[in-house]
Amino acid sequence: MTPPAEPAHKSNAMRWLPLAAFGLLALLLLAGVILSRDGNREALPSPLIGKPAPAFELPVLHEAGRLVTSQELAGAPYLLNVWGSWCPECRVEHPILTKFAESKRVRVIGYNLKDEHSDALRWLEQFGNPYWLVLTDYTGETAIDWGIYGAPETFLVDGDGIIRWKHVGPMSEATIRDELLPVLAEVEAR
Amino acid sequence: MLPELGQVALILALLIAALQAALPLVGAQRGIAPWMAIARPAAYVQLLLVGLAFAILTYGFVDQDFSLRYVAENSNSLLPLAYRYTAVWGAHEGSLLLWALVLALWTAAVAHFSQRLPMPVIARVLGVMGVVSVGFLAFLIFTSNPFERLLPAVVEGRDLNPLLQDPGMIIHPPMLYFGYVGFAVPFAFAIAALLDGKVDARWLRWTRPWTNIAWAFLTVGIALGSWWAYYELGWGGWWFWDPVENASFMPWLAGAALLHSQAVTEKRGSFRGWTLLLAIATFSLSLLGTFLVRSGVLTSVHAFAADPTRGLFILIFLGIVIGGSLVLYALRAPGEEDGKSFEPYSRETLLLANNLLLSTACAMVLLGTLYPLLADALELGKISVGPPYFALLFTLLMAPLVLLLPFGPVTRWQREQVSKPLAMLLPWAGLALAAGVLAFFFAPQGSWKVAAGVVGAAWIGAGTLRFVWSRLRNPGSRFTAEMLGMTLAHLGVAVFLVGALLVEGLNVQREVAVKPGQTIEVGGYGFRFDGVEQRQGPNYKADYGTVQVFADGAPLVLMHPEKRAYASGGQVLTEAAIERGFTRDLYVALGEPLGGGAWALRVHIKPFVRWIWAGALLMMFGGLVTATDRRFRRVDTPPREVAR
Amino acid sequence: MISPKRIAVVATLFLALLVPATSFAQAGSTAAPPQFNDTTEAERFHALTEELRCVKCQNQSLADSNAQIAQDLRQEVLDLMRQGKTDAEVKQYLVARYGEFVLYRPRVEPTTWLLWFGPAVLLLIGGFVVAGIVRRRSGNRQSAAVADEDQEW
Repeated sequence: MTPPAEPAHKSNAMRWLPLAAFGLLALLLLAGVILSRDGNREALPSPLIGKPAPAFELPVLHEAGRLVTSQELAGAPYLLNVWGSWCPECRVEHPILTKFAESKRVRVIGYNLKDEHSDALRWLEQFGNPYWLVLTDYTGETAIDWGIYGAPETFLVDGDGIIRWKHVGPMSEATIRDELLPVLAEVEAR
Repeated sequence: MLPELGQVALILALLIAALQAALPLVGAQRGIAPWMAIARPAAYVQLLLVGLAFAILTYGFVDQDFSLRYVAENSNSLLPLAYRYTAVWGAHEGSLLLWALVLALWTAAVAHFSQRLPMPVIARVLGVMGVVSVGFLAFLIFTSNPFERLLPAVVEGRDLNPLLQDPGMIIHPPMLYFGYVGFAVPFAFAIAALLDGKVDARWLRWTRPWTNIAWAFLTVGIALGSWWAYYELGWGGWWFWDPVENASFMPWLAGAALLHSQAVTEKRGSFRGWTLLLAIATFSLSLLGTFLVRSGVLTSVHAFAADPTRGLFILIFLGIVIGGSLVLYALRAPGEEDGKSFEPYSRETLLLANNLLLSTACAMVLLGTLYPLLADALELGKISVGPPYFALLFTLLMAPLVLLLPFGPVTRWQREQVSKPLAMLLPWAGLALAAGVLAFFFAPQGSWKVAAGVVGAAWIGAGTLRFVWSRLRNPGSRFTAEMLGMTLAHLGVAVFLVGALLVEGLNVQREVAVKPGQTIEVGGYGFRFDGVEQRQGPNYKADYGTVQVFADGAPLVLMHPEKRAYASGGQVLTEAAIERGFTRDLYVALGEPLGGGAWALRVHIKPFVRWIWAGALLMMFGGLVTATDRRFRRVDTPPREVAR
Repeated sequence: MISPKRIAVVATLFLALLVPATSFAQAGSTAAPPQFNDTTEAERFHALTEELRCVKCQNQSLADSNAQIAQDLRQEVLDLMRQGKTDAEVKQYLVARYGEFVLYRPRVEPTTWLLWFGPAVLLLIGGFVVAGIVRRRSGNRQSAAVADEDQEW
């Protein structure tokens, strides 16, 4: 049997390449499984964090004819909470939000998105109104500027009008305690 | 009582599968004949048990046993009988049971049709398939029990997702699974060969029909999914490069490379290592597809309900099976290429190029599908990778393949003078180009796509037929089933190209608000909206629209788009009305009601869209016909002389 | 006590309720399909919205989705187009608000080089490997040309 004229088809190192590639893939998939445990994984991170809040001029729910601009709200931080009477998750969030609002730590401003005037009023009557002020955006145009795509969503805007934090989905006690309060503390310290 | 029996059947099946895996594999390694002999009977018993479990679950659906959680979540008292049967595989647990059943079927088929294979070979092959069965049955029993009880039983079920209440839904998953699972056969053979330490061309010849059949099923499964999405989802698209679609497309690409590589290894003894690696890769991609769809790792319109625990389980299983196979490959892959040599211009080289392009395309799809996850894991933010990426790169990779395709059949093994195939094919290249130029000028829009489609299809079609003609007119040469299969499949590619490119280039769509009596002109046809009436279906209320279509002023056909509101969940589905044609589809769907009897109406003219699935069907037939070639059953003839 | 101020407030609210719902409605106004000025605009709109992702849906394009936000964003895209913005500007507008997630065609930047150039690199490496194999295997020029027709298949 004559020894083969050609050199080895694959060097030893090359043979381990497929396994190495699979190893990397498996690591990535493991990361995927771990990440998917986070219930809020679908939430889009906001590109507006650290940027000035979009300027707006919106009507107020309870005062027909009055418009509030973003300028008026400057000077002190505020929490902007996007909600609608059509939004079931907002109801879930409501008691937690109310409790936080009652602590009077920061102004909690409601942003009534794509709703009906009467429905919104009824909803607040039924569940309670935790808001310092309720702005309305029924066309959704200003909401696009904020990168809002549903409800509930919550923004923290500091005294200089910069967006510092955003949360998509209903806030829980943990969200407020572990995420919002630290950022709020930072904001207030400046 | 019966569901508990089903559970027992599954547990028994798991034990049998474990036996089927352990004993024959060890027996083959140590030469213990009785242990190897366990393989076949174990495979048959496993089929019986899994079949029993599946039958019991089916009965649970037909009988509407809402004490079973899976039935309660996926059925409803109003669900028509036919859909009660198909609801069995409508969600995670049941579809997994279907996977296990199809695997048991293939395993039993392998056990039955392998009488002429030596005992160690069949013992190893069935043993490996047993390992896979163990994984799936364990996954079923421990994390996804279809027989879980709901106590107290609910009075009314939640209903089968209305999107799935459809004839296409009946056949799409089984076909897909036959494909996915079928690739376990070449995989098992590859592992058996690695364990054995040699790749014998005889046994490879035996595997080829199995690979071709599996690939054919996967082809039709994917085509059915595409066709179903087209008529069911209401937006007129046929492929979205969605992660779940990609999960089925990757094994298809790898499988196509595999069956070409197997041809070379079987006939020439070359590329044994590549063939083994491709066999491992193709089935690994099938398993990966299962993982992606059920783990919640990726976002998709039609993924199953996500569950990270299940995801972890499958991932561990993947790690063991794929990791183990690749370790075996690294340790035992054929060291040197033991096959006939070949010249730079030869069929071997062309097939190498073919496989390179198919494999790169497969890797590209994998990369694009997982990239958002990669970016997220590396904290680079959330990005999307969608059709613009996939379509562009896929086209770029497939263009050289289309160019080279007709050269393959007319280029001989080992060595060919470049001038010969060129002389045969160049006139047809010229014809194809001319056809393309004509198409370019005649196309009302999208002329580049249309021209590309025409050129590509004409080139492949003519080139393939030129090959057929050269074989048929030569009295000495045979025209085997394998050649016929190849011809059909390659022609299928040509037909598919026409469909895919021409529909993208020529399709016309308009969405307008219409009032009853109003006619709109789209793509040369007149569409008169005749209003919408309320109708009652078995488990839904429908807004039943009527649209009269005119061609050249004369009435052509009446179309009835619907919007169905399902009683169970209130989900509203758009049922598009489609008027099928050889050269075009008319596609009409209802949008939203606009008040006062007015509706938003979506009208599409889709030229040649049926050719997409016709092409896929041709490819499927090609695969099946190839598998019937008698040479694959001649397992006893010694392998060709291998040059040394 | 019912004060005149309170009556005024209630009356205002009552009148507000009488205002036709269309000024506050969402579904009606945006569900109507957009009217295009010409086919070029329609085609550009379709091509553009097919490259944009519906931010709320499970993997659907802006063109295909029926979600409220998708309808609103489609209207926004059309408005921007009519304001004279280029495709790139429209995309940038949305990216500034929703992030790169909204693009189905990822930008070519260092974080996506692997994505865009990886396959090409793979093809190149594969090409070299194939060339290497072919070169190695064609050493044996003594083998006769395949004479047997049967050996072709």
